[in-house]
Amino acid sequence: MNLAGKKVVLHDMCLRDGMHSKQHQISIAEMVSISAALDAAGVPLIEVTHGDGLGGASLNYGFPAHSDEEYMTAVVNTVKQARISALLIPGIGTVDHLRMAAGCGVSTIRVATHCTEANVSRQHINLAREMGLDTVGFLMMAHMVSAEKLLQQAKLMESYGANCIYCTDSAGYMLPDDVSARIGLLRRELKPETDIGFHGHHNMAMGVANSLAALEAGAMRIDGSAAGLGAGAGNTPLEVLAAVLERMGADTGVDIFKLMDAAEEAVLPIMDEPVRLGRDALVLGYAGAYSSFLLFAKRAEKKYGVPSYKILLEMARRKTVGGQEDLIEDIAIELSRA
Amino acid sequence: MTQKLRAAIIGPGNIGTDLLMKALRSDWIEPVWMVGIDDSPGIQRAREMGLKVSTDGVDGLLPHIEEDRIQFAFDATSAYVHAENSRKLTSKGVIMIDLTPAAIGPYCIPPVNLQTLLAEGVKDNVNMVTCGGQATIPLVAAVSRVQHVGYAEIVATVASASVGMGTRDNIDEFTRTTAAAIEQVGGARQGKAIIIINPAEPPLIMRDTVHCLTVDEPDRDAICASFRDMIAEVQKYVPGYQMLNEPMFDGKRVTISVQVEGLGDFLPKYSGNLDIMTAAALRTAEMMAQQQAAK
Repeated sequence: MNLAGKKVVLHDMCLRDGMHSKQHQISIAEMVSISAALDAAGVPLIEVTHGDGLGGASLNYGFPAHSDEEYMTAVVNTVKQARISALLIPGIGTVDHLRMAAGCGVSTIRVATHCTEANVSRQHINLAREMGLDTVGFLMMAHMVSAEKLLQQAKLMESYGANCIYCTDSAGYMLPDDVSARIGLLRRELKPETDIGFHGHHNMAMGVANSLAALEAGAMRIDGSAAGLGAGAGNTPLEVLAAVLERMGADTGVDIFKLMDAAEEAVLPIMDEPVRLGRDALVLGYAGAYSSFLLFAKRAEKKYGVPSYKILLEMARRKTVGGQEDLIEDIAIELSRA
Repeated sequence: MTQKLRAAIIGPGNIGTDLLMKALRSDWIEPVWMVGIDDSPGIQRAREMGLKVSTDGVDGLLPHIEEDRIQFAFDATSAYVHAENSRKLTSKGVIMIDLTPAAIGPYCIPPVNLQTLLAEGVKDNVNMVTCGGQATIPLVAAVSRVQHVGYAEIVATVASASVGMGTRDNIDEFTRTTAAAIEQVGGARQGKAIIIINPAEPPLIMRDTVHCLTVDEPDRDAICASFRDMIAEVQKYVPGYQMLNEPMFDGKRVTISVQVEGLGDFLPKYSGNLDIMTAAALRTAEMMAQQQAAK
């Protein structure tokens, strides 16, 4: 694989996807110290939001320690070179949240839908583009559809005004060939000026391998997370990916030793538990369930005495999509009766 | 039995046709006109079912209002045209039941606030909120009639095939309208609504979760009894409205989940989200008709 000289934009997720692993309880001081460390390492883009995006503060997904507005404002005021992104899932967040985020000074809005439901994102993508924001269409659980179907949905988002389209492996299910097929087709068929991105989870330990496959197939933006802090077994560990890319001669613009410092000294100490590829995370990836279901399944296991991995298997079997956390307790109750 | 009150349905799409099939069985309402804008399959179906049809919008209906004694009009079109439809028809004394998100008139969730609306006097336009609102606000109200609810949140999970382009184009309208009605009709101090669209095949039946945070410790027995009574009220017009598992209590948090299976009149059974809208709209007209008959 030859990635020598390839321009890669690394996008850190630990202050958004990492919120899932922290049950949305990251403090402002932690946000500031992590974003300062990532900024110093030259990471060009940092996502900051509730794990379930703008407006995710809820009984269903968890109330965060602080509001999206407080988090984004604190980070925007901390960083010197990095730009800040916010995630918005239509059906949870609205254009009012989008305007608020823009007011806080984010440069990038990522509008996320399930991989078959892109047409709920029109109003949000339209508005973000109108406001002159870097506007990303983020197609989640992309393993559930073929490359052709994903392309169809990507074209909708592109037509609404997205200047970048993501293939998002929310379940950490994909293997490198799955990534190559999807990213390759997007790259061939979308407008040349539309960027392509890949968001991985490390549930099958494929985070780095899948990211390389995505880059080889034409992606330019890659999501990862310092020390891997993210839902499930975490996101692609960003410092590992950056070191691999440096060995391959790709151009990330990141200082890998400072990024290792950020992971080791700023992110690792805030973890409630070390992010590792345990049984539950492996089952998420193996069977294809949404990564943020993990902690909900663990809590249901405590309450109902049903193994969490069995709950996650059932969530995958029922073809659930991101956001269906409210089903987890019902399934635990059903399994406990079985 | 008093004479049935006569109604027009505007919008011969899936919703309008399902509503027509339900109305044809009603003891209180007689559907007489179907209003469309061209000779669509929906208009042809309505004609076959014996209705008079307009393919010229509401303007085609207006000259016949008095002669056909039309007292109700159900609007199953869009928020964009509802205002104009409503202006034309209410000026002739027709009561509008609005299934669009226009919300010109007060929100109406039949088992929760229709009696109050009727007691307040004649309303010429009532709005049926959203599918998620019809499915969940009765449950919010079931808690708030027992004790104060500081915050209520609903999560509606619906089959992709049951979500039309109108909703998709303006999904924020669902979120905002439902949240507002959770407060205004459901009685929660603060409301939040979430909608999840799932494309699984075979399509999943609409599922709704309602979370409430009570101000004081929840009175479990009273809340459970209130849920049972309220669910029985909704089942009067949506027989497939069912509680999934027992209500859950965790501190001041009260959680209940329901499944909404439709009757499968014209819409498939899984789309309980659409069925509960047409059923609630008809229920509203029927309760208004019963009130008039009682006078």
